Amino acid sequence: MIPAAFDYLAPTSVEEALAALAEGGEDTKVLGGGQSLLPILRMRLNAPERVVDLRRIDELRGIREEGDHLVIGAMTRYSDIVTSPVVRLHAALLAQAVEEVADPQIRHRGTIGGALVHADPAGDVGAPVLALEADLVIRGPGGEHTVPSNEFFVDLFETAVGEGELLTAVRIPKHTGWVSHYEKFVRVKHQWSIVAVAVALQVEAGTIAAARVGLTNMGSTPLRARAVETALQGRPASDVGDACERAAEGTNPPSDLNGDADYRRHLARVLTRRAVTTALGD
Amino acid sequence: MTAVDDHPALEIGKARRRKEDQRLLTGRTRWTDNIQLPGMLHLAMVRSPFAHARITSVDTSVATQAPGVIGVFTGSDLDGQGLIANAWPLNEEQKTPDHLPVAVDHVACAGEIVAVVAARSAAAARDAAELVDVDYEELPAVLDAREALTDAVLVHPELGTNRSAFWQLDSAEAGTGGDVEAAITTARAEGILIEREYRQQRLVPAFMEPRSTVVDPTGEQIVMWTATQIPHILRFLIAATTGISEAKVRVIAPDVGGGFGGKLQTTPEEFATLAVARRTGRPCKYTETRSETMVSCHHGRDQWQTLTLAATKDGTVTGLKVDLLADLGAYVAILGGGVPVLGAWMFNAIYKFPAYQFNCQTVLTNKTWVDAYRGAGRPEATYAIERLMDELAAEVGVDPLVIREKNWITHEEFPFTSVAGMTYDSGNYEAATARARELFGYDELRAEQRRRREGGDTVQLGIGVSTFTEMCGLAPSRILGALNYGAGGWEHASIRMLATGKVEVLSGATPHGQGHETAWSQIVADRLGVAFEDIEVLQGDTQIVSRGLDTYGSRSLVIGGEALVKAADRVIEKARHVAAHLLEASADDLRFSAGQFTVAGTDKGISIGDVANAAWRGHNLFDGAEPSLDSDATFDADTFSFPHGTHLCAMEVDTETGATRMRKYVAVDDIGTIINPLIVEGQEHGGILQGVAQALWEEAEFDDSGTLVTGSFVDYTLPTAADTINFVTDNTVTPATTNTLGTKGVGEAGCIASTPAVVNAVVDALRHLGINDIQMPLTPQRVWKAVQSAGTDPGGPSQEAQPHFAEGALNQDPSAGATDGAAQ
Repeated sequence: MIPAAFDYLAPTSVEEALAALAEGGEDTKVLGGGQSLLPILRMRLNAPERVVDLRRIDELRGIREEGDHLVIGAMTRYSDIVTSPVVRLHAALLAQAVEEVADPQIRHRGTIGGALVHADPAGDVGAPVLALEADLVIRGPGGEHTVPSNEFFVDLFETAVGEGELLTAVRIPKHTGWVSHYEKFVRVKHQWSIVAVAVALQVEAGTIAAARVGLTNMGSTPLRARAVETALQGRPASDVGDACERAAEGTNPPSDLNGDADYRRHLARVLTRRAVTTALGD
Repeated sequence: MTAVDDHPALEIGKARRRKEDQRLLTGRTRWTDNIQLPGMLHLAMVRSPFAHARITSVDTSVATQAPGVIGVFTGSDLDGQGLIANAWPLNEEQKTPDHLPVAVDHVACAGEIVAVVAARSAAAARDAAELVDVDYEELPAVLDAREALTDAVLVHPELGTNRSAFWQLDSAEAGTGGDVEAAITTARAEGILIEREYRQQRLVPAFMEPRSTVVDPTGEQIVMWTATQIPHILRFLIAATTGISEAKVRVIAPDVGGGFGGKLQTTPEEFATLAVARRTGRPCKYTETRSETMVSCHHGRDQWQTLTLAATKDGTVTGLKVDLLADLGAYVAILGGGVPVLGAWMFNAIYKFPAYQFNCQTVLTNKTWVDAYRGAGRPEATYAIERLMDELAAEVGVDPLVIREKNWITHEEFPFTSVAGMTYDSGNYEAATARARELFGYDELRAEQRRRREGGDTVQLGIGVSTFTEMCGLAPSRILGALNYGAGGWEHASIRMLATGKVEVLSGATPHGQGHETAWSQIVADRLGVAFEDIEVLQGDTQIVSRGLDTYGSRSLVIGGEALVKAADRVIEKARHVAAHLLEASADDLRFSAGQFTVAGTDKGISIGDVANAAWRGHNLFDGAEPSLDSDATFDADTFSFPHGTHLCAMEVDTETGATRMRKYVAVDDIGTIINPLIVEGQEHGGILQGVAQALWEEAEFDDSGTLVTGSFVDYTLPTAADTINFVTDNTVTPATTNTLGTKGVGEAGCIASTPAVVNAVVDALRHLGINDIQMPLTPQRVWKAVQSAGTDPGGPSQEAQPHFAEGALNQDPSAGATDGAAQ
């Protein structure tokens, strides 16, 4: 498992990293926690000429509060998210989802930014980022801009992060007091999700005031199950009816060794119901 | 008067922590890949991406010029590269294709080696391997064993057929039982006939240490270090197939990180490394990647089992007929067809069947070759019969334990000669079952099952039973001879009594993680009465242990342990005469106990260590005495050993998603005398999980072009500790009567017993829904589809893996533009 030779750069600032990307051109890959890129390189599925490693860039790491938002640096590791009290308090759904990623070794290495830009629809961070209506902060040669999560995922392994750009942070509106649950379905614990459902609900006086539902691995990108959200909104928390039956509407899930598309649609409905029920504390 | 020796069991039975674990677990040890030699070259293999192709040309010119490359070798460059041998032809008519380590003009499965690059670094070798330009003419491939039987596409055109061999055991013909067809006819007319087809899916022996080989050709003797279970057999086959004198080949298996049968092979990679080392005259190392392991290490299982069980209406079995179709893959491996044939004596298991017939057809396909994998033939047989006994119980309408008790051999009936002609020396199925039932809380779980069933719970509960036996201690040489196997089944040991009082123990049973150093020390400590800490075990090197037949088939303790006892007894006999001289007594008056020779009726005595020192000095020995106590012994068993046990498993099945969850697992194994309970527990837990993995998780799947789809641990779903529960293990002890220690073997027990226990439990949970089988592995989708269709849909998944890594594409593509990532 030896990658083809490449130039390795480890800049210490975002500016330096952007310069390294600009200079490297299209055969450049960005290395975050390495949990996807390293297997790609080692299996020689890709042979970039240059790898820009972000691990020395302190400004990309860490979790902070900015008014109504939590800001999580792109190079923040899963394990830091899982153990963060502010994430638990204001974006519990993200912590619940990240806790389910693979195994402890991977959670100690993998980063939220790396996973988002890799954009594997079976990865566990896309759906909660969608459900929490986060904004993704992108910097490039032309400066910084912010993309809402529902415009971030473009296609399989494709995001709104353009060539020569870096995802620098995830800005999550505080969902303080919301109830949430990430329901993940796998055959073995360390596997990618066969299907998973991220649910965040705001309950006011026994009524679901707001509902956000994200789906993992139900299409070529993480998805929002808006039909379920609409159906849940305004319903009593004690009786969500058949709202979750709409979880698979409009999805185009893959068929593979772990299950065919029909089975995944069925799972999406069952898991959404279970996620909602668990979130509501039933 | 002759004094009677005794050997108090001070060490045997003690849960000693393993001597070898510190170095094995920290990795600060001699794994083959850790070995560095001066001037050593590193090899990379160029492998066929096609399942079946003719090699029309191999252009090595660019690769040869790459930086650091010393040479690039094709099959035709490597004269005398040797052959990968089949040691167990089932009969003289067996079709056995030639298997060259490096293919010359034809490849019969993906992953075959077509060229070898030798370079100054592993990275340079890997880079240059991409520059070797091979032209293939792709040929049609046959991947399904049943299709291969038609011979429409030939795996090896020169053989004229894909059928390798047919082998039969018929109880009427052998005189060990009645006519199975008569039993079937009667059962069809007036009894119960259970007819089933079961699939034993293909598995990968996912050992922890990838295989690695280092060859040093620079001395008078060629030395090969390799991650193998079988250094002695490998040495013999190197000599036999390359023409190098056996005396000039030394094979060393340093610490080896697991095998599960997967390293019971002489591999193309070992022979290719040897050939390139000889060709370049320089030490060479090859270490495979995990992706290479998955496709090129031999696979296990892969059988289609057609089964007919005849019984009377009350559930007494009257006959069993087994038709096996065994997929060998592209070549007949070292044991090859012998693996499924080992099942011939095991389908009848612990039962008194009056009539039996076993038929096995082996067939070649364009897939990775198949050979031994933990249990080798016995798990497949055990799965079939234990599934059938549950089906019979369901048909009769009684508890599965009742149907077993009705048919099993009772403890008073031992020794018992089975319908397959095998004599079981000992056993007590009643005792193991009673203990398992008690530990399991059988009746309470049955009550809960009823409640859930009556209440229509989403999560149903099922109980699976597996009352297994196996034949261990492979194998008595005379039986192997009768079966046409190319070698014997004895084992060798030596004991060297050192001048300092320390003891060196040499064993030809080469470990790959079993804890031999600890167990052998315990056995010899008790036998010689020396301290556990004073014993060092030497093994795994054909130069140090010149004779040996290595480790597989739960043989190390049963055969190798007995060789140790015999060698130790010879040491004691030699020492007795020296001691008698020193104590001025008659040898007949000396009693040996706990390491001391004492003269009956006196207070005179001497320790065996002091005797060893006296023998080494040689100053004061009797006339004609040999100044050494060192002794050798080679032990060959008369028959196999027969561990058995009762495993009970409770599985919860989520009928809404098809997910299964283990609720409780109890294993009571009777493996005879236990040398080290901690080692036994480790073997049981690991083995059980490996068998559970076949039931629930693992399958090597190929796509329609013959590419292994489950080519990495992303898709080959190997379980970890996070996927399992704590198993409850216990033992009953019915010592074997066929060896001094009373041991039976434990390395494969868990893996043999657990697979049917799990599947029986899942089927039991769903039987009221009309389900009587689900194909392994029991993926949630298969279980769900079975529930949806009341058992008529086996629910096979698609043969594609989901991509998790973009191949050749950058994931930052601005031209694609942003679209709404939302569903609606």
